[in-house]
Amino acid sequence: MAENYDIIVVGAGHAGCEAALAAARMGCQALLLTLNLDAVAQMSCNPAIGGLAKGHLVREIDALGGEMARNIDATGIQFRVLNTKKGPAVRASRAQADRDLYRARMKQVVEAQEGLDLKQGQVISLVVEGEGVAGVETRDGLRFLAPTVILTTGTFMRGLIHVGLSHYPGGRAGEPPSEGLSDQLRTLGFDVGRLKTGTPPRLDAATIDFSVLEEQPGDPVPKPFSADTLGLDRPQVPCHITYTNERTHEVIRGGLDRSPLYSGVIEGVGPRYCPSIEDKVVRFPEKDHHQIFLEPEGLTSGEVYPNGVSTSLPVDVQLAYLRTMKGLERVEIMRPGYAIEYDYVDPIQLKPSLETKLLRGLYHAGQINGTSGYEEAAGQGLLAGINAVLQVKGREPVVIGRDQGYLGVLVDDLVNLGTKEPYRMFTSRAEYRLLLREDNADQRLSPLGREVGLLTDERWEKFSKKLVDLERGNERLRTKRISPGNHEALDRLGLQGLKNGASLEELLRRPEIGIGDLDFLDAELASFSQEVRSELETEIKYAGYIRRQQEQVERFRRLESLEIPEGFDYDTVSGFSAEVREKLKRVAPRTLGQAGRIPGVTPAAVAILTVFLRR
Amino acid sequence: MLSLDTIVAPATPPGEGGVGIVRLSGPRAVDFLGTTFRGNTTITRMESHRLYYGKLFNSDEERVDEVLAVIMRAPRSYTGEDVVEIHCHGGTQILRSVLDLFLKAGARMAGPGEFTQRAFLNGRLDLAQAEAVIGVIKARSERASRVALDQLDGHLSQKIYKFSEQLKQSLALLEAHIDFPDDEVGALDLPGLLAPLRKISLQVDTLVGSFDVGRVLREGVNVLILGRPNVGKSSLMNAILGESRAIVNEIAGTTRDTLEEQLVLAGFPVRLVDAAGVRDTDDPVEQEGVRRAREKAAVADLVLMVVDGSCPLTGQDILALELCRPDNTLVVVNKSDQAQNCDLERLVGFPCRVSVSAKYSLGLDDLSEAILGLLKGGAASSEGEEGVVVTERRHRDALLLTKAALKELLASAEDSAPLECLAMDLREALSALGLITGETTPDEILDQIFSQFCVGK
Repeated sequence: MAENYDIIVVGAGHAGCEAALAAARMGCQALLLTLNLDAVAQMSCNPAIGGLAKGHLVREIDALGGEMARNIDATGIQFRVLNTKKGPAVRASRAQADRDLYRARMKQVVEAQEGLDLKQGQVISLVVEGEGVAGVETRDGLRFLAPTVILTTGTFMRGLIHVGLSHYPGGRAGEPPSEGLSDQLRTLGFDVGRLKTGTPPRLDAATIDFSVLEEQPGDPVPKPFSADTLGLDRPQVPCHITYTNERTHEVIRGGLDRSPLYSGVIEGVGPRYCPSIEDKVVRFPEKDHHQIFLEPEGLTSGEVYPNGVSTSLPVDVQLAYLRTMKGLERVEIMRPGYAIEYDYVDPIQLKPSLETKLLRGLYHAGQINGTSGYEEAAGQGLLAGINAVLQVKGREPVVIGRDQGYLGVLVDDLVNLGTKEPYRMFTSRAEYRLLLREDNADQRLSPLGREVGLLTDERWEKFSKKLVDLERGNERLRTKRISPGNHEALDRLGLQGLKNGASLEELLRRPEIGIGDLDFLDAELASFSQEVRSELETEIKYAGYIRRQQEQVERFRRLESLEIPEGFDYDTVSGFSAEVREKLKRVAPRTLGQAGRIPGVTPAAVAILTVFLRR
Repeated sequence: MLSLDTIVAPATPPGEGGVGIVRLSGPRAVDFLGTTFRGNTTITRMESHRLYYGKLFNSDEERVDEVLAVIMRAPRSYTGEDVVEIHCHGGTQILRSVLDLFLKAGARMAGPGEFTQRAFLNGRLDLAQAEAVIGVIKARSERASRVALDQLDGHLSQKIYKFSEQLKQSLALLEAHIDFPDDEVGALDLPGLLAPLRKISLQVDTLVGSFDVGRVLREGVNVLILGRPNVGKSSLMNAILGESRAIVNEIAGTTRDTLEEQLVLAGFPVRLVDAAGVRDTDDPVEQEGVRRAREKAAVADLVLMVVDGSCPLTGQDILALELCRPDNTLVVVNKSDQAQNCDLERLVGFPCRVSVSAKYSLGLDDLSEAILGLLKGGAASSEGEEGVVVTERRHRDALLLTKAALKELLASAEDSAPLECLAMDLREALSALGLITGETTPDEILDQIFSQFCVGK
C-alpha cells in the first residue's frame, strides 16, 4: 500500500524544510522525509546565518514568505550588520544561532504545519514512470507516491568522512550516508560528480581562557532578519578572537604527510573561498597569522566553534596546532574536525525552475546542485517548493531574474555555468548589485511571494504600508523646502552660506547631511520607521548610480525578452562551431540573454542566433 | 573542429597574375585534393605545411593545370580546420577551371569573409583580429595594409588586453574588499588602486586620438581641388594623377575625366576630388555653385586651393578662398612656368603655399611633401609611440565608452562614493573594453581574488 502526496521532499535540511513548508503553505499535501528526525534543520558547520551576500539571500527568502529569517530571529544569540563602512548595497546581516534552538524551532514549525507530514526514512530510489518521477522508495520498503519529488540530499549521497588518513562512510559526523540514490541518478543519465567540504573541530568552552582574548560583541541594537519579527529579546553573547602564529603553521606543516588533502586521498573538489587551515598555510606561506573567531554554539551549549580552522588533519595534529594559539593553550577537542566528500549532480541539467531536464517532476535543491551554505540551500529549497506546487496546479513556474534578486543570480549561474567547486554567493556575482539591497528585498520579491500565496494578509498589509510610507516620504523630501531666510535651520545644518532655497531632497544629497539631520524640519518625515527612513536616504544619496544601474537592467531585459522557443533545433543553424552548438544544446537557454551568458558562446554566435530568431 | 561543410574560394584577387591560389577549408578538403591531384607523393603521405608538386585532373582524366599543393592540417591552419591550398597558374580562366573542379567534387563556394568567420568561430582569431583581416583584404595601400597587419599580429589587441588585465586586477582588488572582511584581505589602499587607472585613462585617450589617422588610412584622405575657373584645376589633377599613374586604383566604370580619382600619395590612400560641380556654371557667384563647393569643402580632409600665379587675385579667387579653413588648406600657386605677378600677400591666414606648373609637371614633389606635411600635422602625428592605431569606428566607440566610465570612476572616488559604486564604474569600463576583447565574467574576477588573497573561514 502506497501513500499519495502532491509533493515529496527528500531531506530535512535548510533546503528541504523551506521546500516542504512552501509546498504545504501553498495548499499541497506534502511529505518531508529525513534520515534522522533529530537533525531537522541541523547546522552541520558554522552556527551562524547570514553574512556578506548571504544576509541578502535570507532577506529575500523572508520577502518570498520562507522560514529561515523568522527561525534565526527566534533563536539568534548575536546579531551584527557587516560592511557598515562600505556602501548600503553591500551591508549585510549576520547572526550567531543557538544551534539546538534553531533546529528545535524549525522542527516545531514543520510539525505544526498543516498539510505537511514529517517522517523518518532513508530514500534509496525514485519511482519513475515514463518520463516523469512518480514517488520514492525507502530502505524499509515503504513506497510514497507523488507527481513531484524534491531532492535535497546535502552531503549525504555516498558521503565519505576523512579525518587524517582514515576515512569512513558518513553523511555528517555521527550519521550514516545515503547509499543507492546517486547510483540510480547516474543510471537515469545525470552527471554525478564529487565535491568536498570541511568543518573545524568543536572545542570545550571550559578549557578556553577567554579572559586573555579580544571580545567581539554584537550590535548594540540588534536588527532582525524578518519583517515579521517585532523584537529580539534573547540575550546577546559575544564571540572571541584569537590568531594562528608561526608555531601553529609549523605544527600544521609537520602534519601534512598525514593530510588526506595533500596525500591525494581526497578526490572531490573543495571550495577555494573556504579553505582548510592546512590549505591556507600551504598556499599563503607569507601570511604569518590568520584570524580565528571563537563562536559560541549556543546559550547552554559547552561547545565552541573555531571559525577559520576547518581541517582534515589527524586529531592529534588538530589538538597540537590549536594549543599553540593564545587562549587555547589547554583546550580540549569535543568533536574532531573533518572533511567530507559527497555526490552532487551537475546543475546544468536543471531548468531555471530547478526542475531537472531529464525527469519531469523531479527537482533538485541545495548541495545536490553543487552549492554551499545554508542560505543558498534554503533559497533553492523555497524556489523548488514553489515551482513544484505550481507544476502540480498546472501553472507556469516562477523564475527570478538576475536583476530581481541574489536568488535569481544563484539559479541563473547554476543552470548556465554548472559548477565544479561548491558554489557560494558573493555580492560580486550580482551585476546589478546596487539594486539588490537587503532593505529593498521585499520590494523586489514580496509581490511574487504574495502572488504564489506565501505571504499572510498581515504581512502583506505591513509591506503595503511600507510602500505608502516610502512614497509619502519621497514626496515630503521633494516638496518641503528650506528658504535662505531660515537662518536658524541653516545654522543647525551648518549651511550658513546657502544662497538659494533648497528642497530637503537636495539637502540630503550632500554627503555631510543624513536623514536624521532633517528630522526637526518635518515631523512627518521624522515619524517613519527607521527602515523606511534609511531606505529613503539611500535612494536619494545614490540616485545617480541607481539610475545608471537601472539603465543597465533595461538593456539586459531587452535580451532577456527575446525568447528561444522550447525545442529549438540548433542543428538547423549554420555557422555555429561544434563547441558552441554543443553548449547551446546542453543548456537549452530560454532566452537570448541566457544564451549569451553560457561560457564559450561567443558574441558572434549570439549574433547568428539573433538573426535566426528574427527570421 | 567544425562539423561544417568544406568551402572553396580563390585566395588571390581576380585578374591576370603570375600565380593564382585556390583555398579549401573544412573536413573534406584533403579528400577533395586526393580526387584531383596526382604527384610524386600520395596524399596520405603528404606532410602538413609542405608544398608538393603535381598535376590536377578532372573527372574525364583531362589535365587542368600544373600546380603546387599544400595541406595545412587542423588545428594548425588559418581557419583551425583542414586547409588545402592549390597554387596554380594565374589568369581568370585557369582559376575558374580549378575552382569548378572542387565545386564538382562537392565543395561549396565560400561566402564573403567565410574563412575569417571560421577562423574566428574556431578561436583562431579574436574579434579585433577578425576585423583586421577584413581590413587587410580591403586595404588599398601599403601603409594601410601595414596598420592592418599590425592589428592582426595583435598590437591593438595586446594593448587593449593590457588595459583589460589592469582593470580586472583593480576590480578584483576592489571586489575583494567588498566581499571579504579586512582581516582577510588587508586594508584597502585606494590611491594605490586608482593610480594605474588614471594612467590607463590617459593611454585610452591617446588611442582614441589615433582613430582619426586610422580612419584616414582606412577610408583614404578626401582631397578637394578648389579654385575659380581657368586657374588650372583639371590640369593639376591630371598632373598629380600622371605622377602616380603606376599605382592608380581606378573606381570601376570611371575614367580620367570624371570628378573623382583614387591614388596613393606618399603612402596615403587619397581620394582626389575636383570641385568640378562648379565648372559648368563658370560663375562662383552663382548660388548653387557656391553652395555645392562649400559642401565639398566642409567634408574635405584637405583643400588644394588653386590660384593663378601669373595674374593678381580676382574677386572670384577671394570668394573661393572664403570656403576654406586655414588649417587644412594648401594654396597651390599654379603656372610657375610663367612670369609671377600675383598679390599673394592678400592671402593672410593661409601660410601653406606651394608653387607648381601643372602644365609642365613642375613642383609636384614639393606638392606631395606639402600635402603629406599637412596630413601628418593633423591626425597622423597622434599615432601612438608604439604605432598602434585604431582604425575601426567600433573600436573607437568602445574606447570612448571606456574612457567615460573611467572618468566616472575617478569622479566617484573624488566624491568618496562607496566601493560598490566604484566597482560599478570599473565594471562599465571593463565591459566597454569587452566590446573588443570579449566579456569578463564575475568568475574570472573571483578566480583572481582567490589566487591572490587568503580568504574564507
